[in-house]
Amino acid sequence: MTAPMVTSEQVHKSFGHLQVLNGIELEVATGEVFCLVGPSGSGKSTFLRCINHLERIDAGRLSVDGELIGYREHGGKLYELHEKDVARKRQEIGMVFQSFNLFPHMTALANIMEAPIRVKRESAAVVRERAERLLDRVGLSHKADVYPNRLSGGQQQRVAIARALAMEPKLMLFDEPTSALDPELVGEVLDVMRQLADDGMTMIVVTHEMGFAREVGDNLVFMDGGVIIESGHPRDVLANPQHERTRAFLSKVLM
Amino acid sequence: MKPIKAVPLRHPGRWLTVAVILVLAAMFANALVSNPLFQWDVVGQYFTSETILKGVGQTLYLTFVAMAVGIVLGVILAVMRLSPSPVLSTISWAYIWFFRGTPVLVQLIFWFNLAALFPELSIGVPFGPTFFSVETNAAITPFIAAILGLGLNEAAYMAEISRAGIQSVNDGQVEAAHALGMRRLLTMRRIILPQAMRVIIPPAGNETIGMLKTTSLVSIVTLPELLYSAQSIYSRTFETIPLLIVASLWYLIMTSVLTVGQYYIERHFGKGNARTMPPTAWQRLRRNFFTFHSPPPEAPAPSVTSSSGGIR
Ligand SMILES: Nc1ncnc2c1ncn2[C@@H]1O[C@H](COP(=O)(O)OP(=O)(O)OP(=O)(O)O)[C@@H](O)[C@H]1O
Ligand SMILES: [Mg+2]
Repeated sequence: MTAPMVTSEQVHKSFGHLQVLNGIELEVATGEVFCLVGPSGSGKSTFLRCINHLERIDAGRLSVDGELIGYREHGGKLYELHEKDVARKRQEIGMVFQSFNLFPHMTALANIMEAPIRVKRESAAVVRERAERLLDRVGLSHKADVYPNRLSGGQQQRVAIARALAMEPKLMLFDEPTSALDPELVGEVLDVMRQLADDGMTMIVVTHEMGFAREVGDNLVFMDGGVIIESGHPRDVLANPQHERTRAFLSKVLM
Repeated sequence: MKPIKAVPLRHPGRWLTVAVILVLAAMFANALVSNPLFQWDVVGQYFTSETILKGVGQTLYLTFVAMAVGIVLGVILAVMRLSPSPVLSTISWAYIWFFRGTPVLVQLIFWFNLAALFPELSIGVPFGPTFFSVETNAAITPFIAAILGLGLNEAAYMAEISRAGIQSVNDGQVEAAHALGMRRLLTMRRIILPQAMRVIIPPAGNETIGMLKTTSLVSIVTLPELLYSAQSIYSRTFETIPLLIVASLWYLIMTSVLTVGQYYIERHFGKGNARTMPPTAWQRLRRNFFTFHSPPPEAPAPSVTSSSGGIR
């Protein structure tokens, strides 16, 4: 067994009086596709955003690849990290958003090249070659010089995936990557994600695409009210949910 | 199928309006030209005189430098204002409060008279030894006083304009940049500000045009910009009205050029946002003025529709 990529122990998070995460306990193994499902407002996005410290946690421990996120432990105390160190850690974690969030003032290729050049300070020639390879991998070589507003939703999301991959992350976070897409465009994005899973990328995927979870997922967690209700292999959980709340949720999203 | 042969909508009202305006304009022009008190020959005589041209140069130079100071400092103030640091944000707030709350004319006079308050300016350890010192009157020339007065005041306005621009950019952009490992200032420079420009430039263009005219206040600190140059002539010759006309014509010419420039800068920063570029001023003029029969042509429909909807 290799060391887990993500470890979450008793992670708590609240916004004001609203307790959003209420002791999340989970482990994501390296190379695994980890699916997170649950009703709206259950805290899925919040948990994902805690993993790359877009939100700070109130209590518990959250680590990626053996390093705490957002904090440094010293002499039994936790010290909040400097912005520079948070940013360095984020380079290892790719994130794909529901609303794509491509940079509208840059072409598809420039979107992909921006962070490796500006953040990792890699040479433009090396980055360009990698960016072109990634665009080819998501099937969009012919759109390199196009601005995002000229791309369909599915194409934008594929560029967004390529942009995250250009930083050569160890872990990819997907927050409902297909929820904003027209039904006929969902497939092309899932295909790219499936291919990525086949290549051995560790992925945490918040999704309502149960077909994808069943087929590609190694693990599935059902969350509600900021706690994990049940977890297991997607086939088992989806075919044979143990909890009433899981059953109620699945009966609404399945088929 | 036979194509529809539609008779374009006609706009007889436009023709009528134009006719009325042309008549009024002709009457006005006649009044201007035939009234000898305007002394058009004097206007012509001074319009390109050396003193006036130098004044035009000074006005442009002042506008340029004061706006450069205002924009750079304004953007810095806006970034400070929005920074998570309460110290930076309060400093910025106080700056804007002070410089927006006092008349620019008073600020100009203040800088010009700085020597009365602090006869000497020095650099050194606070409350300790001095390394370098200079007489205030030598350091604060009228030009420096003008730049300080106009530029520092402008920065307060540009700060508010920039802040609105920065805040207009979708939060998702910041998150995407941070998720890629970009730090705050890099995100600001590469992701936020270029997008904020679309919102910042139109009011910044107005500010520049405003500044061009505000520089005339500087005549009171005896800096020979356009208005001061005109005054220096008519205080000798008493041809007040013609020289004010000369100055006004030059202000009009300069603001017109700036308006055109602003338009092209807006087009540049609209890149990637509008599906089709907006027409240039000339295209629009032609479209609105010379096509009296047909409605303005619609922008061609986009071939792909994005479900995110883009910015528009
Ligand atoms: N920045 C914030 N400030 C205050 N409340 C927030 C914030 N972000 C999220 N919340 C609240 O936290 C709760 C959990 O939100 P979250 O986005 O994590 O849910 P989710 O499971 O991703 O739901 P969905 O399926 O709708 O995306 C919601 O009630 C939401 O209103
Ligand atoms: Mg969500």
